[in-house]
Amino acid sequence: MNVQVKLFAVAKQLVGSETAHVDVPDGATVADLRAALVQEYPALSGTLASVVFAVNAEYATDQTCLAATDEIACIPPVSGG
Amino acid sequence: MIEITHDEIDTGALLRAVESNLAGAAVLFLGTTREMTGDRRTRSLVYEAYEAMAHKKMTQLAEEATRRWSLTGCAIVHRLGELGLREASVAIAVSSPHRQVAFEAGKWLIDTLKEVVPIWKQENWADGTCEWVHPGQPPSATRDPAVHPATLDAPPRRPATEAPPPPMQAEPSSLHADSQANHPSSSGES
Repeated sequence: MNVQVKLFAVAKQLVGSETAHVDVPDGATVADLRAALVQEYPALSGTLASVVFAVNAEYATDQTCLAATDEIACIPPVSGG
Repeated sequence: MIEITHDEIDTGALLRAVESNLAGAAVLFLGTTREMTGDRRTRSLVYEAYEAMAHKKMTQLAEEATRRWSLTGCAIVHRLGELGLREASVAIAVSSPHRQVAFEAGKWLIDTLKEVVPIWKQENWADGTCEWVHPGQPPSATRDPAVHPATLDAPPRRPATEAPPPPMQAEPSSLHADSQANHPSSSGES
């Protein structure tokens, strides 16, 4: 399945786009998504180790399973306030 | 009152939002744009957010603080876009019957907001360079599952130096991405 990933801050800057698109197997987890993103977007390789992902606006773990309809976001370390 | 805005924050509106006949104290915190970080001079800060999730997390924080400290009012507003020096990027107002609780809740709210709400700042330095501020803590998902909603049974860790919060139940782990350290180069707020 093809999933779209929202990008913010340094991740958006590195990719040059507000979204990334990658193919992952059905039933893929966030860990699979990480691996696919590194392949598709080498510019993110140095950053992905320090990001977490949100699925449907909640923080996910690497074990969280993904569905094609999920809203997925890449969350670099936050710095609001 | 939970808002994400591109406009100047109306602090009076926050204080009015937490007014209550039951309150004996109201505390207003502002995070403002500081010029100097060490030897470096900031020209402006630019904030961006994952707005839907940021609003959701701010709402959860307000609900949790209200429950834990039995607040009579709680309001949080975060501003996005470019902010000049002295301008407020975040405002938090709380009210409670007595002042100690209001101070404690307000501190917890800003500290936790800075850890879990998906908002980012970019430093525009006076020398013309700019950079995103990303606290240098490595990620959580693989290292610290206790802070993630999928494993909510375990209370998340707290910094060892942090005093235990007042009477309460388990920490709301769903709020947390990780316990990120404040970034030393950040010139926004506290």
